Amino acid sequence: MITSDFSPFRLRDPNLTLKERFLNLSWCYIFLIFLVAASGFVVLYAAANGNWEPWASRQFYRFWMGCAVLFVVAMIDLRFWLKYAYIFYIGAVALLFFVEYFGHDAMGAQRWLNLGFIRIQPSELMKIALILALSRYFHGSSLQEMMSMSAIVIPSFMVLIPVALVLKQPDLGTAVLMGAGSLTLFFLVGVQMWKFAALGVAGLISIPIAWRFLHDYQKERVFTFLDPERDPLGKGYHILQSKITLGSGGVFGKGFLQGTQSRLNFLPEKHTDFIFTVLAEEFGLIGSVSLLLLYLALIFYGYVIAFRSTSFFGRLLALGLTTNLFLYVFINIAMVMGLLPVVGVPLPMISYGGTVMLTLMFSFGLIECVNVNRDVQIGRRGAYDD
Amino acid sequence: MITRDGDKGKMLTRRAMMLAGGELFLSSVLLGRMYYLQVLESDRYKTLAEENRISTRLLAPPRGLIFDRFGVAMAQNNQNFRVLVISEQTEGNLNATLEALNKILPLTESEIQRIRKDVRRSRDFTPVTIRENLTWEQMAAIQLNAPDLPGIIIDEGLSRFYPFNEAAAHVVGYVGAVSEEEIASGNPLLKLPGFRVGKSGIELEYNTALCGKEGAQRVEVNAVGRVIREIERDEGVPGAVLPLTIDMRLQKVVYEKMKKESGAAVLLDIYTGEVLALVSTPSFDPNKFNRGLSNKEWETISTNKKNPLLNKALGGLYSPGSTFKMIVALAALEAGVIRPDTKIFCGGHIMMGSHRFHCWKPDGHGNVDLKEALMHSCDIYFYEVARRTGIDKIAAMAKRFGFGMPTGINLPGERSGLMPTRRWKEVILGEQWLQGDTYNAGIGQGYVLTTPIQLAVMAAALANDGYKVKPTILVPKNRDTTVCLGEDLNISKTYLQLMREGMFNVVNAPKGTAKTARVNVNGKLIAGKTGTTQVKRISMKEREEGLRRQDELPWEERNHALFVAFGPTDNPRYALSVVIEHGGGGATTAAPIARAIMEAVLTLDPASESPGTLKKNTPMEGI
Repeated sequence: MITSDFSPFRLRDPNLTLKERFLNLSWCYIFLIFLVAASGFVVLYAAANGNWEPWASRQFYRFWMGCAVLFVVAMIDLRFWLKYAYIFYIGAVALLFFVEYFGHDAMGAQRWLNLGFIRIQPSELMKIALILALSRYFHGSSLQEMMSMSAIVIPSFMVLIPVALVLKQPDLGTAVLMGAGSLTLFFLVGVQMWKFAALGVAGLISIPIAWRFLHDYQKERVFTFLDPERDPLGKGYHILQSKITLGSGGVFGKGFLQGTQSRLNFLPEKHTDFIFTVLAEEFGLIGSVSLLLLYLALIFYGYVIAFRSTSFFGRLLALGLTTNLFLYVFINIAMVMGLLPVVGVPLPMISYGGTVMLTLMFSFGLIECVNVNRDVQIGRRGAYDD
Repeated sequence: MITRDGDKGKMLTRRAMMLAGGELFLSSVLLGRMYYLQVLESDRYKTLAEENRISTRLLAPPRGLIFDRFGVAMAQNNQNFRVLVISEQTEGNLNATLEALNKILPLTESEIQRIRKDVRRSRDFTPVTIRENLTWEQMAAIQLNAPDLPGIIIDEGLSRFYPFNEAAAHVVGYVGAVSEEEIASGNPLLKLPGFRVGKSGIELEYNTALCGKEGAQRVEVNAVGRVIREIERDEGVPGAVLPLTIDMRLQKVVYEKMKKESGAAVLLDIYTGEVLALVSTPSFDPNKFNRGLSNKEWETISTNKKNPLLNKALGGLYSPGSTFKMIVALAALEAGVIRPDTKIFCGGHIMMGSHRFHCWKPDGHGNVDLKEALMHSCDIYFYEVARRTGIDKIAAMAKRFGFGMPTGINLPGERSGLMPTRRWKEVILGEQWLQGDTYNAGIGQGYVLTTPIQLAVMAAALANDGYKVKPTILVPKNRDTTVCLGEDLNISKTYLQLMREGMFNVVNAPKGTAKTARVNVNGKLIAGKTGTTQVKRISMKEREEGLRRQDELPWEERNHALFVAFGPTDNPRYALSVVIEHGGGGATTAAPIARAIMEAVLTLDPASESPGTLKKNTPMEGI
């Protein structure tokens, strides 16, 4: 049994009052979230050449909406999320199907679902739903089961169905995030290393086959990644300008609102996927390292919360969501620095975008929920069955 | 159950630690990459960012002005108003703006089509030229209606203007659009739209100095090339101001006298070699060349058989005719084959084997000595003198005076002419030199070819007591007009005095051939020599039927008329040569023109005026 000296016995009771839950929130974690979000507003303000409009102000309102989501999600009983994990999963898959046929066309890809008052990206919701569903599934399995071959089949399908749907949209970034996130969960619960090795080998073999199913623009992105300078004004323009922007910042940066690359629009998509370069140009190495350290602090705190939790579901959920955050950060920064192909992954909390902000706040809410319910015991069979 | 759950928990803890380790590793990769890009490679990327941001634009300096010796502008830069349209400022309706403009400044359909094409091709913030060279009234009308013409702007540029039009065309030359070959020379200025380079005359000869040194403007541009602000500006060095030796008053007189003819005239300062006037006719309007000629205009000029584009003063080749007789006489005197008082009988013709050589006067001049022979321009006398002297000595004397080679004037298009020798005939024509060739050379015909400027230099050398000057058209730095700048030809002053007396008689003696050139400006007289050269051989039959009068012949068959002169005779300062193509006769056509010119130059006497009268002209280093 894992017990904490800091947790009163009362907290082991799952039926906490709202006040108890509120007091149990990790304010340190919330503080870190606020810090990242605040730097996001600053960078979006700079990306608009020193204007709150059009990005920073809207991002600001969305953040407060996200805060509301965070608190609501954190206040709900962790067993509720366990109980309805599959329902969310099925709902998210259904939405993905739905956008496939009724979605809005943005940038040549069907990713949006217009609900009239808000446009949502089901693929973002899908990431969280998948982590929830897998956490529930593994929560219910024994170590032996997880190490057996048969037990991997069902969760594998749980992963493959949404990944296939997202790929079809096509949204390579989300597919990579979901695939990598799920693999991490498989890894965490103890699936043997040789199975990952086998998957790796199978993956290498299937690359030529998968290549044929990639869209032309996705192939181009891979080519561009391999040699960005082969077409500096065309396909390689993004990544080349991105590196120029980053590199020209130097150690101390050009100063707030002094970034020539962003101010003179040499940087495409500077408010979304390439927002990191705006920060790096104006605040230099100091700025970019600081932001990375801030993210690492947030991730580290995610681990702390996971290890504080006494329930397997809670731990796995916190670890899965934290890993998801790490993957966002790593893929985005590696992408803008030319270490990975441009796959369209935003920088969490900083890139301009509503759905991503809301789903991130949703996942932070779930992590807080794990923190609130850290001493709550949850039986193997599920939510209320003890 | 609990143990197994415990195993499950331990496994999760262990794997989570491994995962954290992996994430830490990947994060350190990111940190390493940041260090690489932002520290190690930073300078390279800073340079690239600057290259992105900064665009350097060339600025064309104003072209140097050209003045005459008294500071009268011969080539200047006039303000040129252009109307342009910036499509992004037309409130989204280019057509409406053009329609509104059309009411003020009527545009042709093809102009509108070109404007639309240019607008489509360029960024919408780039100004597109609608029309250049607006009149003041058009410009004012557009400015007045500016509120109804969104996106229309008026721009001021400089365009070359030659105030004397045709009169000085062959001296100043003209500027024109840059050709493909010129672009290949690599001067970045030449790629500027609308840039003009010298195509002929002074504009061509001193093009580099006149162009000046390009300036540069460094501007900050954004990703689509729009200028955000100017960072720095270097105006460059304006083109050099060139003071010419030309006296525009004389130049105009010469042009006025010459313009109806096809020919050339050169007026020199005999001591400095400064060209006071240089005219070739028919002329052309250099302003039209700058503006761009229409096909029809080009056709008219290029097919004109009087060849207006050729600078005949330097590039026209003519037999010198009798103006060459002084050279023959000097060669003979120096060779000792005649003395000044040697008399030769002229009976109207002379036999050379079976061939008959005629004097211009069918009845002949009787017994004549050298001065009389020059005064009457007796051909028989010079046939005989040439025979005695021989072609080699005549050619040697001619070459001392500069015939057969360029004078070296600083203007483009000069030709050498031809002074034939035995060797030349054998090598080039592959024929033996004949006695008849010497006879012909003796009266400046046959193979001898000279340019009007060579004749002027010859006249100057006769007048300045035997110094060959190098003609110049640009006022040199540290000009000294008190020293003769010519090269000493080492000719006996006595002989030269004899030539001058002979030439004095040509004009002033009662029986002189060029009484039509007689001038008296406050007692200042001129001396000269006529020349008439056959263009077509006169056949025996024609001679028997009686010679037809020149003005009855077709223009192309008439004789060339020449005249060389200097003055004032008591203290010479100016030398002149006039060549009128198919003018008929030296005395009838060339001499009266020479008279008018000499009268003007003796009246104005520009050389006596201080050269320091040049105003605001600062010659550039190195010229």
